[in-house]
Amino acid sequence: MDYRPSRPHTVGRQIASPAPSPVKIIIAGGFGAGKTTFVGTVSEIPPLTTEAALTSASLGIDDTSQVGAKTTTTVAMDFGRITLLDSVILYLFGTPGQDRFWFMWDELVLGAIGAIVLVDTRRLADSFPAVDYFEERDIPFLVAVNRFEGAREYRLDEVRNALDVDPRRPIIFCDARRRESVRQALVALVRHSLDVVTSEEAQRGLPRANTRVD
Amino acid sequence: MDEEWYDDDAGPVVRPYAVTGGRTRPAANRALELVALVSTTEHGRAMVRTLDPEQRNIVLLCQSIQSIAEISAQLNLPVGVARVLVGDMIDAGLVRVTRPARPSERPDVALMEKVLDGLQTL
Repeated sequence: MDYRPSRPHTVGRQIASPAPSPVKIIIAGGFGAGKTTFVGTVSEIPPLTTEAALTSASLGIDDTSQVGAKTTTTVAMDFGRITLLDSVILYLFGTPGQDRFWFMWDELVLGAIGAIVLVDTRRLADSFPAVDYFEERDIPFLVAVNRFEGAREYRLDEVRNALDVDPRRPIIFCDARRRESVRQALVALVRHSLDVVTSEEAQRGLPRANTRVD
Repeated sequence: MDEEWYDDDAGPVVRPYAVTGGRTRPAANRALELVALVSTTEHGRAMVRTLDPEQRNIVLLCQSIQSIAEISAQLNLPVGVARVLVGDMIDAGLVRVTRPARPSERPDVALMEKVLDGLQTL
């Protein structure tokens, strides 16, 4: 892996202050798992919704010759923004609520630090598509169990078993309404993503790792 | 100055409904990212009264830095349309854009450590 400096390239004249770096984290989970609440709790702007128009060509259908036959779907995405020190602007994107828009995630997740999958233990299966999606693509993610009033309390290992996620996968409790809780979830995700990069480097790099016998 | 836009990473700015099939195309062909950051130039400010309403709204909004996603949401434009408008405005020198250094990969370690530090002091 190359370690080019992270400074983004700025198009046009250079401005005096350092160019800001945009980064993003994906907030996923089933409908009603608290994605919009999570984003709103920590965003410096009221959460915004943008609508991306998708045509059937986005569905991975290669034949786009029949332009007239395309259908257009509109997908709403919620997002928020946090300006960090050192001119870093972090965007939090909530995945579109309906599973059938999973294909929209491909653009959303490209270049992301990672994802947080919010889980409502009353509707655990709703989070399966998100877990599958990020596992299949080797995208760093953690599971955040959002606590809802009146829901039965499960232990984290129970949730881990029910979701069938890897023992090394971070899994935490989170209250999407509390800023500190949301902040800690974000910190945990970035740490995990850094760990993933570090272990990838270790596996790829160091020649002696290949010859060492445990 | 305009030539700077056409570096290897940037790729062309293409019409939104040509872009929607972009997932299956090479990465170099991709349009402005959702998080590409747009800010108004001096020239944009100077030209504000001469612009059509959509461009004027973007020039005014981006006096403080805004992403493509924010432009789309704030001005009620589909993302694809926001991309095209901003692309044209870059060519006209009305705005400048900062794109992610590695749009298809995770940010590098140095940038992720900055994010971590930033979140810890938030």
